[in-house]
Amino acid sequence: MKYIDEFRDGATARRVAGAIAAEAEPDHHYHLMEFCGGHTHAIYRYGVQDLLPPQVRMIHGPGCPVCVLPVGRLDMALSLASRPEVILCSYGDMLRVPGSGGRSLLKARGEGADVRMVYSAADALELARRHPERQVVFFAIGFETTTPPTAVAIRQAHSEDLENFSVLCNHVLTPAAVANILDSPAAREIGSVPIDGFLGPAHVSIVIGTHAYERFAEGYRKPVVISGFEPLDVMQSILMLIRQLNEGRAEVENQYTRAVTRLGNVKAQDLCAEIFEPRSEFEWRGLGVVPDSALQIRKEFGRFDAERRFDLTYAPVGDNRACECGSILRGVLEPTDCKLFGTACTPETPMGSCMVSSEGACAAYYQYGRFRQPVKSATA
Amino acid sequence: MLDDQQALIDLDGVQKEISLELLDDVAVGDYVVVHVGYALGRLDPEEAERTLALLGEAGLEAAR
Ligand code: SF4
Repeated sequence: MKYIDEFRDGATARRVAGAIAAEAEPDHHYHLMEFCGGHTHAIYRYGVQDLLPPQVRMIHGPGCPVCVLPVGRLDMALSLASRPEVILCSYGDMLRVPGSGGRSLLKARGEGADVRMVYSAADALELARRHPERQVVFFAIGFETTTPPTAVAIRQAHSEDLENFSVLCNHVLTPAAVANILDSPAAREIGSVPIDGFLGPAHVSIVIGTHAYERFAEGYRKPVVISGFEPLDVMQSILMLIRQLNEGRAEVENQYTRAVTRLGNVKAQDLCAEIFEPRSEFEWRGLGVVPDSALQIRKEFGRFDAERRFDLTYAPVGDNRACECGSILRGVLEPTDCKLFGTACTPETPMGSCMVSSEGACAAYYQYGRFRQPVKSATA
Repeated sequence: MLDDQQALIDLDGVQKEISLELLDDVAVGDYVVVHVGYALGRLDPEEAERTLALLGEAGLEAAR
């Protein structure tokens, strides 16, 4: 496909790998966090880590929307799904994540709940139009990429006066999570993850623009390179980060210039600001409660807010103790550090959210990386 | 282009209907980046070529 295949060329990848090996100082460490689950997926799928010298290490970040949703929020959806008048719909992966007691929305469906998979927020709206006698709730998750489509759906419902449509809003904000990783004392204590630089997300940055990261470069002196999704994009971005670190620079650079601008998609941003406002706090799996890190529906559109309509309150629920998703999302552990990985927990029978989504580190590792591990430890 | 801010895109020969509600002034023949059924941004072919040229250079430098 045009503008995709060119960015997957193996010979060029090896040449860029050569440049990385030549420029990375042997006695430095380069711990680079790829924030976004799409990058995690690409890194495993194309074996990017294997093309890097040992002092360059990729740390997987929390940018997988399905992964970071805490059990308590999923339980809210499960409780809605058990109401006879409700049709609960969400993106496919979300239906497979185990909630309290290992119960997923798919399991609830098996027990008789009306749970449906949708491809977009517009599909959920269409369900509401087709079933005026039912309450259709869209279980909305995701970062700045899925938020604008949810905003479009709410505005549309508002203009159509669609009384039986509402949204259980779980949209979260990328910059807040990056800031949390950089300055949460908890992460520092447990983590000892020294992050030297960030690979910034591709699609999210199309929406929010590169300027959203400038405070990390300025305030925290961490270089950020916004990177495209293809393996060559990732390789080039890693090289750009290494050059910044070698030269003592901490800037926001944009490798994905073919799609990302400094200001981003202002139309989408304005629409989101019209429909949503910041939540004072939101719990993330792995990161805990993060202030101003999520969005809620504004009062003016409150009738489309499932939390108001059904009078829901959030109660935090502990994760499955054996599942290490939380530490993996903080970049502290690798999937293979989890005892359940590949045994009790596989993509067919996921025990935690990181094994469900293809953007989750456990799923990506299971699919592409697990055969590599013995080789790696043998040479380590 | 279809009615109601919808458009047909071509994904390697597969046609798919997407929404253009988040993007102004999209013309037939433009490349767009699509996520959950919505065009989120435009893809600039000139910038794509420039990035590929840079990638080529990175390789050359390494070979020197
Ligand atoms: S392998 Fe499964 S149980 Fe272990 S951390 Fe990953 S998702 Fe959780």
